[in-house]
Amino acid sequence: MKEAKGKVIKYGDNVDTDVIIPARYLNTTDHAELASHCMEDIDPEFKNKVHTGDIMVANKNFGCGSSREHAPIAIKASGISCVIAETFARIFYRNSINIGLPIIECAEAAKEIRDGDEVEINFDTGLIKDVTTGKSYQGEAFPAFMQKIIDAEGLINYINQK
Amino acid sequence: MGMTMTQKILAAHAGLPEVHAGQLIEADLDLVLGNDITSPVAIKEMQKFSRDSVFDRHKIALVPDHFVPNKDIKSAENCKCVREFACRHEITNYFEVGEMGIEHALLPEKGLTVAGDVIIGADSHTCTYGALGAFSTGVGSTDMAAGMATGKAWFKVPSAIKFNIVGKKAPFISGKDVILHIIGMIGVDGALYQSMEFTGPGIAELTMDDRFTIANMAIEAGGKNGIFPVDELAELYMKEHSNRPYVIYEADADAEYTAEYTIDLGAIKPTVAFPHLPENTHTFDEIKEPIKIDQVVIGSCTNGRLDDLRIAAEFLQGKHVAKGIRVIIIPATQAIYMQAMEEGLLKTFIQAGAIVSTPTCGPCLGGYMGVLAQGERCVSTTNRNFVGRMGHVDSEIYLASPAVAAASALTGYLTDPATV
Repeated sequence: MKEAKGKVIKYGDNVDTDVIIPARYLNTTDHAELASHCMEDIDPEFKNKVHTGDIMVANKNFGCGSSREHAPIAIKASGISCVIAETFARIFYRNSINIGLPIIECAEAAKEIRDGDEVEINFDTGLIKDVTTGKSYQGEAFPAFMQKIIDAEGLINYINQK
Repeated sequence: MGMTMTQKILAAHAGLPEVHAGQLIEADLDLVLGNDITSPVAIKEMQKFSRDSVFDRHKIALVPDHFVPNKDIKSAENCKCVREFACRHEITNYFEVGEMGIEHALLPEKGLTVAGDVIIGADSHTCTYGALGAFSTGVGSTDMAAGMATGKAWFKVPSAIKFNIVGKKAPFISGKDVILHIIGMIGVDGALYQSMEFTGPGIAELTMDDRFTIANMAIEAGGKNGIFPVDELAELYMKEHSNRPYVIYEADADAEYTAEYTIDLGAIKPTVAFPHLPENTHTFDEIKEPIKIDQVVIGSCTNGRLDDLRIAAEFLQGKHVAKGIRVIIIPATQAIYMQAMEEGLLKTFIQAGAIVSTPTCGPCLGGYMGVLAQGERCVSTTNRNFVGRMGHVDSEIYLASPAVAAASALTGYLTDPATV
């Protein structure tokens, strides 16, 4: 996927993996079932309002806490096309790259983009455009090595290709 | 430019003479760990590999500990998946119920983690083994799968924050107060992507269990790892528990740190993290209103070791928990359980009106064995107090040391251990 376009669903600081997917649902590895409980402890309406292609935007330390890969899996399986945040917790960052969920660090975009805005992202350039406000932001580009994992749609495919 | 302790370990495992912060490297792994929550996802991922093999069946540890003994049918299926994988690949370090313990207490006890190792685990609290001078860090299931197949993992070499520990602990202070104090000071993202390197003369005042607790919660400050220098006490621990050779690395004198803090153990007071973030710390002089509680949990990979149980027993000896308070005590491993039994600690707990469970992560993540109802409050020696972590979204967790937890069990309120 080289581009994403969708409506923004916005959250605040320190969105932890326990609220992204509560541990009471970690007895399954089924992607659709995990998606059906995504974000439910901070936003019970998420599963009803999310549409395929939507973009999640949050502030600092997104995905902090547990190493559960079920968290980026639940977000991806919900149809979210990209997560933009000021910063990501490091295990969540790794996990997202490893499973092929696009994520972008951009402090200014994270701060200014509002819930409900239409946003376009070009993954090749890292350019984020808020169509609603007309403002553009330059996101952090991935190091070449990580871009290769993303292009292969995940770490395992990347290793298989080597 | 000199290297930090973490950087030296990573350089050695990447086959490089030196590394610098920000550099992307591929490092050889000494151990790959997974539990009953994360391993099934990893095992599924492994099916995508063109080969069906593991890099070294002796360097993989599979520890079903989160929802074990199985809490429901789905958990039982997950454990079955892990068990069958372990059997198929003849994994030597698979720990069945009866042998298992909470992974981060169990692996050092079994001698599987030693100084100088590079360890990844599909569990965020894998950073615990830094207490022994290893580089260990939490990863997800895909990294675990890749690690099991190839014996390697990619890392971005971290920069580091230095914590110079000085002074002596005051009464009732343990490793938990030290790490909660630090997280309160730097915040839940204060060490994001970085190493937390502990050093200084105060290390000698910390027991091994204190150090495990401190390293364990490095992730709660966003840290990639927490790491301690290897002193006589750490060497003694490793010699007692492991046959594996260990390598002692020391930070260069001119290693660079992004920040340096001095932590005076003597100035640390009993510290409690209020809902809903580990950085939301308070000391008892700041608490004005009594905080009524419903439950106390003493256990977890953070505080389920012998020191922790001994401290709790000192408070509960010959007394009874407050009426209406549920007190759940969970020795972290079978060996700790056995030793606690021999020392009479279990009898003390049961006579005091607490229950003693077999090893499990259960209540820490709201799995089972102590899930909270709406509006309930728990004082817990665990590591996270996020919204809904132990149960209902409207329940509350106060993270504290075993001393605070045991004192609170006696009064039914969040209690300063110095007052009971």
